[in-house]
Amino acid sequence: MFGRGRKIAPYLFISPFFIGYTIFFLYPVIQSLQLSLYRQVGLTNPPRFIGFDNYVRLVTKDALFIKALTNTTYYALGSILIIVPLALLLALILHSPKLRFREFFRFLYFTPNITAGVVVGIIFGLVFEEQYGLVNNLLLAPLGIDNVRWLREARWVMPAIILLGVWKWTGINAIYFMVGLQNIPPELKEAARVDGATRPQVFWHVTLPLLRPILAFVLTIAIIGSYNLFAEPAILVGLEGGPNNAGMTMTMYLYTRGFRELKMGYASAIGYSLAVIILVLSVIQLFLIRAFRED
Amino acid sequence: MRLAISRPSDAAERKSHYVKLVEATIVYAILFFFALLVGIPFLYMFTGSFKTNGQLFSWPVNLLAPEPTLNNYERLLSGDEIPYLQQMGNSVIIAVSQSALTLLFASMVGWGFAKYEFRGKTFLTMFLLFTFAIPFQVTLVPLFQMIVRLGLLDSFMGVILPSSVSAFGAFFMRQAMVSIPQELLDAGRIDGASEWGLFWRIGIPLSRGALSILCVLVFLTAWNDYLWPLIVLRTPEKFTYPLGLATLDGLYKVEYGMILGGAFIATLPIVLIFVAGRNQILDNLTIGAVKQ
Repeated sequence: MFGRGRKIAPYLFISPFFIGYTIFFLYPVIQSLQLSLYRQVGLTNPPRFIGFDNYVRLVTKDALFIKALTNTTYYALGSILIIVPLALLLALILHSPKLRFREFFRFLYFTPNITAGVVVGIIFGLVFEEQYGLVNNLLLAPLGIDNVRWLREARWVMPAIILLGVWKWTGINAIYFMVGLQNIPPELKEAARVDGATRPQVFWHVTLPLLRPILAFVLTIAIIGSYNLFAEPAILVGLEGGPNNAGMTMTMYLYTRGFRELKMGYASAIGYSLAVIILVLSVIQLFLIRAFRED
Repeated sequence: MRLAISRPSDAAERKSHYVKLVEATIVYAILFFFALLVGIPFLYMFTGSFKTNGQLFSWPVNLLAPEPTLNNYERLLSGDEIPYLQQMGNSVIIAVSQSALTLLFASMVGWGFAKYEFRGKTFLTMFLLFTFAIPFQVTLVPLFQMIVRLGLLDSFMGVILPSSVSAFGAFFMRQAMVSIPQELLDAGRIDGASEWGLFWRIGIPLSRGALSILCVLVFLTAWNDYLWPLIVLRTPEKFTYPLGLATLDGLYKVEYGMILGGAFIATLPIVLIFVAGRNQILDNLTIGAVKQ
């Protein structure tokens, strides 16, 4: 098939991928940017050029977009603030030598991550059920706390989704941190201990700074994951996001505008706004991590 | 003198032994507590699938199913409400095809990048890395329009094709193949092997480990995907199982036992795959990210 042509062989090897990549990724990326400057409703209606009107409307007139943005950011911050310390704690424990059943715990903590979002949404419908749910009956009732209306009261919807996120993502992040811990040469910690550092000091001044690359990776994945959030809340509280749209995420909003109402131009503008937000957050996050290195 | 020295050190050792015991207790208590938090929802899904609605929504909450019934599974698998078995079969077809296509494209492009020098290589690498950062949501609307124009709406091809080119897969295979020794290829060339033969007889067999990991990751993503199949597929007979479950959830919110049954039998296969390959997979999850 490829003969002996060492000159053309590499191009033949890479072309199937790049042809597919151009058709199914690059072209839609460019097409979407163009479409976001048009008003197009439905598939057959002719598009009408309206400049940046879609973007202007999103930011100035669309309360639901701002709501979805706020919700998603709330989720991102809330879940990251819980998941990262928790995953680090579990990783430190799982990393300790002479631990028994390590493989069992590691695998168990990981299983929520391989479970389909739809399935997780279905399970958590029972977890957060108001009268007969697991959280209210098994966790809160023994503490004497009254039933929380998790999925029926706007202010509790996002906390419920955050807890779902914590359940689903902590395990895999613990595994990422474990990889980071394995890559730290043990001599460094021993040297610090010999120099009289206490264990907390070793953690703060040796372990944590050396985990920075993994932390950057974990945060990037978490930010992207937050803005991708779709199946779980869609099943848990419905595509409109439940009471007062409190569970409406950015991707859910894009879906409803684009594929329920077929507002093609507007949905493209939502897509590009999302891309810009993710890009900005990732850059900020990388700079913050850099800044910590400096001091 | 000797006694005086040894005594405190004995005490210190005893104390450290005691401290260790307390530490171990705390450690295992934490691990066990989190194991319960992770495990109980799964257990409840499993036992709930053997309960009637009345048993599921009653006090006190029972994590087990004291009077199990198979009624939920009978109803689900009879196909009267939704063709669930067919939908799971659709998921298998889509996930397998998508894995095969992704693996083929990714290993070829990975091989091209790993084992050849060619004009434009650096540019293409940088370009790929740069576009890698663009989120997929940007592409959804134009992809949908393309699928409609190509007449692929409500077809498996419409689900499979756009998802088969993975930039992550390309980088992943490039990383795995770059360490294959050049001498093997030179020896193969002297023996008269074609460039395709080198890829097929040396490149593929020597990166079996990476291929199997990528295969599991792609299969899993396809198996669990909800958003894109939801956009493309329109008739219940074409649905993948997550769409089927979502339909059940929307139509029969009160028949929760049946929904849990469907969720359980769709989750079991992937958990079994991971139990079989857990160490290789868990140890290599970060290859693509950390070692780049």
